[in-house]
Amino acid sequence: MKTRAAFLILLALSAPAFAQGGDTPGASTNKTPPPVTGEQVYVQVCQACHMADAKGGKGAAMIPALAKNSKLEEPGYPIGMILQGRGAMPALTDLLKPAQIAAVVTYVRTHFGNSYKKPVTEADVKMMMGQ
Amino acid sequence: MTTRRQLLTAIGMMGGTAALYQAMTTMGHASETQYKGSPDLSGARPGASVLVLGSGLAGMLAAYELSKAGYKVRILEYQNRAGGRNWSLYGGDTYTELGGATQKVGFSQGHYLNPGPWRIPHHHRTLLHYCKAFGVALEPFIQFNHSGYVHNADAFGGKPVRYREAAADFEGNVAELLGKAIDQKALDAQLTSEDKDKLKEALRGWGMLDQDMKYKANLLSAEHRGYDRPPGGGVDGAPIPSQPFPFRDVVSSQIWKNMAFFMNHEMQTTMFQPVGGMGMIGQAFARQVQPMITFNAKVTKIHQDKAGVTVTYADTASGSVTEAKADYCVCAIPLGVLNQIENNLAPAKKSAIAAVPYSNSVKIGLQMARRFWETDDYIYGGHSFTSQDIALISYPNYHLFEDGPGVLLGAFASGAGAYRLAGMTPEQRIEAALAQGSVFHPGTYRKEYQTGASVAWSRVPWTMGCCARWNEETRKTHYQELVKVDDRVVLAGEHASYVGCWMEGALLSSLDAITRLHKRALEA
Repeated sequence: MKTRAAFLILLALSAPAFAQGGDTPGASTNKTPPPVTGEQVYVQVCQACHMADAKGGKGAAMIPALAKNSKLEEPGYPIGMILQGRGAMPALTDLLKPAQIAAVVTYVRTHFGNSYKKPVTEADVKMMMGQ
Repeated sequence: MTTRRQLLTAIGMMGGTAALYQAMTTMGHASETQYKGSPDLSGARPGASVLVLGSGLAGMLAAYELSKAGYKVRILEYQNRAGGRNWSLYGGDTYTELGGATQKVGFSQGHYLNPGPWRIPHHHRTLLHYCKAFGVALEPFIQFNHSGYVHNADAFGGKPVRYREAAADFEGNVAELLGKAIDQKALDAQLTSEDKDKLKEALRGWGMLDQDMKYKANLLSAEHRGYDRPPGGGVDGAPIPSQPFPFRDVVSSQIWKNMAFFMNHEMQTTMFQPVGGMGMIGQAFARQVQPMITFNAKVTKIHQDKAGVTVTYADTASGSVTEAKADYCVCAIPLGVLNQIENNLAPAKKSAIAAVPYSNSVKIGLQMARRFWETDDYIYGGHSFTSQDIALISYPNYHLFEDGPGVLLGAFASGAGAYRLAGMTPEQRIEAALAQGSVFHPGTYRKEYQTGASVAWSRVPWTMGCCARWNEETRKTHYQELVKVDDRVVLAGEHASYVGCWMEGALLSSLDAITRLHKRALEA
């Protein structure tokens, strides 16, 4: 993947966890089973911003559409977004494991008007994480 | 005679700066906030002008103080309402989130949901100062209620227990175990025999242990955890103690997390809320700066040069594009939005703006036909915590004891739980909140439900997130660049503070930003 080296450098720079602070619900004891399949990850995480139809949204700024998005052709792009975040979008590495990331990237690349058939594997994600 | 300064110096030498700070605090020198009073700026150059972008608390405070200092101030606001994240939803309000889902709020008159800020620490003195100055009536926010429930799917067979029961059992068992460690001489290296006696006395008193240093079902432990039959009058007046839970369950419940939560500096009582909803603060600020605000103005470009600052904006209704010009600009737009606005700020500033992601909380308000938590469960305000996505339900601190309805906070989700709830339709969110909240009040919760509303911050059209989330690395690399005056432009908001995600941070940031901008303007 073309973008791998760049992401590895970014990963080396990024700190693992967010500092505490702000008004929070309190004890973080969430016991809800995590999503497994690509569709489950999409519905339970991505959809919060990118919407159920993957068309994103537009207000004071915009949330990009994942539907019919030619940037998804290069799998390193969506993987990198999830690993690094961009702008208001946080990195989701605290929330998602490599297998979940692979599953959801594969799902998005083959749904919502996208047809990039080659599956993304857990190994692909780990490689971009430098593992 | 030793002067106070000599004494402080001596304490500083003996105990380091932490001890010095503590001593100073005790003696009334340091305080819990950086607020030192209003900046009282004055002497702006005649005709000097400032454009403020965003009419949240940071923007409105900047406008208020700068216009007092003599600047000609104008505010551009994307919404048709001032206040930003300081906001309450009332019956009759309509809210459309990103993606287009629209909710018509149906709460009864006088009831509300605070989607954003909802409680004010007593040491957030900037905010308290301006609430008083602008005539916002505050009332206590009931933060800590021992009668609230704690629910963890992994403990007590998945049944909620009262906070007081689990917390008392945690402390009692820890005290008993520590007592055993002392008796088994495990702490002899650390403690003299006099220390050990003092500590055992403390453990007995704190943990409600009996004479044998045991935590048991008796009138001592009942004093903290409650009774099977509470003390009464007459024939059956004698109390019957309650039975402590198995310690394994107490540990599994992670009650310590709830206990530690209430110890956090910003979660300590006393806390406050405005009478009538948090949005009263935004409204009060807006009354001070109303004539300066242009609503429905979507900023599309920020350009500065030697001559001044030019901000291009589009009217959100008509689409017509206008340019506004001023000598200076206070930009109080959330970073995720600002990051997408064309600008010619310095590269390091742009990098900083792009580097800070936003959090994603979800709040849900549920109106119940009657206040069953008060009448049936003796819960008056405070929270019940759960390991489900909703994270907690919180009981209203106003209209207590009334026969009529009450609006509960049915969810204050963050992290994974908030993403799950945010991805739902508003109707699905209400359903999830009812299903999960029923764990605390089975039988009544659904039955008494009347109407609800939800706000998922990742779908709020004018912030696209809840609050800026800094980490150690981004603080180090980007924070100073973010807050520094960039020629004619300075940023303000909770994102430009170390009191992130609090209104206090927005205000402190604003005061600091305008103080530096004013200085720069006078030096020009």
